[in-house]
Amino acid sequence: MGKNWWKILGVVLVSYSIVGGFLIPVPELPILNETIRNTYFHIPMWFAMMALLTYSLFHSIKYLSGFEINHDTNADQSVQVALVLGVFGLLTGMVWAQYTWGSFWTNDVKLNGTAISMLTYLAYIILRESIEDENRKAKVAAVYNIFAWVMMILFIMIIPRLNDSLHPGNGGNPAFGSYDMDNTMRLVFYPAVIGWILIGAWITNIKVRIKNIDDIQKYA
Amino acid sequence: MLRNSSFFLTAALVLIMNGLSAQGVDMAAGMRSEGKIYVVVIVVLIIFIGLAIYLFSIDKKVNKLEKKNPK
Repeated sequence: MGKNWWKILGVVLVSYSIVGGFLIPVPELPILNETIRNTYFHIPMWFAMMALLTYSLFHSIKYLSGFEINHDTNADQSVQVALVLGVFGLLTGMVWAQYTWGSFWTNDVKLNGTAISMLTYLAYIILRESIEDENRKAKVAAVYNIFAWVMMILFIMIIPRLNDSLHPGNGGNPAFGSYDMDNTMRLVFYPAVIGWILIGAWITNIKVRIKNIDDIQKYA
Repeated sequence: MLRNSSFFLTAALVLIMNGLSAQGVDMAAGMRSEGKIYVVVIVVLIIFIGLAIYLFSIDKKVNKLEKKNPK
């Protein structure tokens, strides 16, 4: 169990966020009501997605500086897991939006920005599929990945803050200011974020290992 | 006579049961309090921990495959 501690930590942290997320009292706000508890489940999806995409960027840069195929595998698999988490984030966000903002999809800058960046990463996967030669594929994908990451930061983190948005933290509102989240909420929210990042990393880890075995059998 | 006694017995039982529920006898009511939200928490926990155990078993299988296919 020595090297599995971080997987167990992830499970424990998310379990804690489920118990705490349902039971610990939250600020009573109009419109949001109890849905403020979605903060513990919807937002960690995005944090985990962005963490995995950053991990992917790191491996793409590593690949370009040494052309070791293992870095390419890591970059590719973490983008795939990140996209799954992003889909969960979109779906949960749509349900949340329907019952608080009144529509499954609004023309909110953050929503459209997120959709664009997810399409950018979908293009990353399609681009990979379209190149036969393994080394060429890895090189082109790594360069594209850097571009995609910058677009993602631009569309999710920067542009929404320059415009009016329904999301907290945009149009001048601090997302993590005292108006939106009190200190008890932080005690559940941050462990949830760390827990989901670890779960995402774990799934990526399993996928990378499967891919490696697959490669060994393919080239054996 | 028999009918009468069974009637009284039933009546007594109903009365006792009524009395019990009306008095609010102390029971292990943890899972029934606060609108039974604890039940939902347990259900979600079962699903999540179940998925985690499943992930662990996949992890183990990959481990075995790695040993079969050394680099």
